[in-house]
Amino acid sequence: MIGRDILGIEDLSREDIDTILETAERMQEIGNREVKKVPTLRGRTVINLFFEPSTRTQTSFEIAGKRLAADVVNFSVSGSSVSKRETLLDTAKTLDAMDPDAVVVRHKVAGVPHRLAKVLKAPVINAGDGAHEHPSQALLDMLTVREQKGRIEGLTITIIGDIAHSRVARSNIYGFKKLGAEVRVAGPPTMLPADVEKSLGVKAYTNLAEAIEGADVVMALRIQMERLEGACFPSVREYAATFGLDRAKLRYAKEDAIVMHPGPVNRGVELSHDLADDRPSVILDQVRNGVALRMALLYLVAGRGGH
Amino acid sequence: MSKILIRNGRFLDPSTDTDLPPGAGELLIENGRVVAFETGGNPIPEEGTEILDAEGAWVVPGLIDVHAHLREPGQEYKEDLASGGTAAVAGGFTQVACMANTAPVNDDPSVTKYILDRAEKESPAKIRPIAAATQGLLGEVMTEMVALKEAGAIAFSDDGATISDAAVMRRVLEYSRMADAIVIVHAEDCALRGAGVVNEGTVSTKLGLPGNPAAAEEIMVARDIRLAALTGAKLHIAHVSTAGAVHMIRKAREAGLLVTAEVTPHHLTLTDEDTMGFDTSTRVAPPLRRQTDVDALRRALADGTIDVIATDHAPHASYEKEVEFTEAPPGMLGLETAVAVCLDLVRDGTLTPIEFIRRLSTNAAGLLSLEGGSLKVGSVADVALIEPNQEWNYDPARGFSKSRNSPWAGQSLTGRVTATIVDGRLIYDHERGVLIR
Repeated sequence: MIGRDILGIEDLSREDIDTILETAERMQEIGNREVKKVPTLRGRTVINLFFEPSTRTQTSFEIAGKRLAADVVNFSVSGSSVSKRETLLDTAKTLDAMDPDAVVVRHKVAGVPHRLAKVLKAPVINAGDGAHEHPSQALLDMLTVREQKGRIEGLTITIIGDIAHSRVARSNIYGFKKLGAEVRVAGPPTMLPADVEKSLGVKAYTNLAEAIEGADVVMALRIQMERLEGACFPSVREYAATFGLDRAKLRYAKEDAIVMHPGPVNRGVELSHDLADDRPSVILDQVRNGVALRMALLYLVAGRGGH
Repeated sequence: MSKILIRNGRFLDPSTDTDLPPGAGELLIENGRVVAFETGGNPIPEEGTEILDAEGAWVVPGLIDVHAHLREPGQEYKEDLASGGTAAVAGGFTQVACMANTAPVNDDPSVTKYILDRAEKESPAKIRPIAAATQGLLGEVMTEMVALKEAGAIAFSDDGATISDAAVMRRVLEYSRMADAIVIVHAEDCALRGAGVVNEGTVSTKLGLPGNPAAAEEIMVARDIRLAALTGAKLHIAHVSTAGAVHMIRKAREAGLLVTAEVTPHHLTLTDEDTMGFDTSTRVAPPLRRQTDVDALRRALADGTIDVIATDHAPHASYEKEVEFTEAPPGMLGLETAVAVCLDLVRDGTLTPIEFIRRLSTNAAGLLSLEGGSLKVGSVADVALIEPNQEWNYDPARGFSKSRNSPWAGQSLTGRVTATIVDGRLIYDHERGVLIR
């Protein structure tokens, strides 16, 4: 996968995903060492190009790059290209002239990493583009499920929340389906995108209990309360009552079901307070795996000679 | 003034339902008029007559575009009357109606006159200004339609700045009857459209881009048809894009309302699937729709529910399009590619050649009450030669528009305008370029 752009899970084959997950499993061990650093990407430059602030994802990529001994540079830009009077082409050409070995891109508008990738010589890793894709998040989720359940094939996975505006949902739907899981989505109809079942190949529910009935994995998405309250749902209270997960509601799922969340959790909204902290939630495993998974991505696309 | 004799072509004149096979007719032009349309023999031309051999070509009345954005005054970095007018004749268009969203807005007779003066000097195609329907395109106070018409405006429209207030729209339609001109609407409920930039459906869901539902267009089409019924005005619906809108327009026409409609080359041939690569040249308003909509638009154009093909030629500078998809201004070039792109409808049997030309010329002349759209003796000598089978590679950088925002850039197209005559003068030849300004 040397030199390849990682723009979305939709573009990856099942074999690609397996390669990435297996590589990440090998990377996990490095995080357990006393000296958490290997020289694999020494002399390589990784640019974190974040047009939208994201402390968690940016930090995860930064740590991943540093554990592989790459020089990681954070390049934060705020505002649209129109407000800056700089086109995406200008941005891409400027970065290209600095000769990076990989560029990690986050933008609030769908498609920006794809446009940059057309110009940049270095491989582009999409760290989240609008409501489109967030491949590294989905891959770390797949890694976590595989770690917890030993497999993905045949599992039932329910994703709850604002599917319409969620890149995490789209990438996870593509990924888990490619690996043979059944994926369901649940949320108020105002948060389900147009033609969701046909478009994304999932079953959609507006009733939480039905949606998680018999599920192996229940994934709650973060609700953007400030933006959506009053527009897509009447109140946080009603959302928490209808789609918030607690231990009582979780009983509809399989007995050994795990609970996931891409973070940060709005406590008492998507997840009850106790559920956010303890088993069966695996939220911190997701965060830990995020570093290993991103190490795998950087190694695979920017490493010398590959694996 | 010189004489031009056109021979050997296939003559297509929708105004007289004439379709003469090659060799069966000759057209003689003198002093800006068609002076003879011979169907028998091959008279020996008088000395000094320029002979145009149209072998392999269709000879048709000059095309007329009822909807283009030529950007002058105010946005000459995108296009001006010279570049837009040249792109027009290169595309076979001898007359172009230009929208009012210039800077300043064409909402005052002085602006209309300015455009006409500039066009007279700079544009090889004849420019027909569309004036704003409300002052400043603000949707509040109607423009001086009578004075604007007097100054040369041929229709009224706020185009993309849809008039949201139904009471204002009603008054505009009522008042337009006095100016005896059509009111052109870009039908879209702006609140329902919201931030939508692609058709709402599978494509918006997969791309994660804000969707613009077909209902946003259809609600406004329904409203404006009701207002046309209320006022008896001539309502023209711009760039129809959905099957639902087509259905309502068909019913309105059956009911005898004075409702007409246009469709663009891109809405006839592209779908929202063409947006899948995030190419901002596919960002248009209204957005590209589904295949079922395209099929309905093609049928509606064939059965007369939709009167004309209009380009909605909308040039934008490269740097304006090389941005986030949601930030890119909507619109694409159309004048230089319309014929080739739309010939697809002839190739697939949707339209016969003569019906194709009717929708690009004769019907447009009728809609805007313009001279043209005919090869009859006595007609204004606006003529285009089209070689329907000629393949060419479209490179906007080598075209005449100042802008390059076309989804057909770099593609091989079939069907080419090879010559254009305006007011009896051969003004464009595809091998020699623009001959006279």
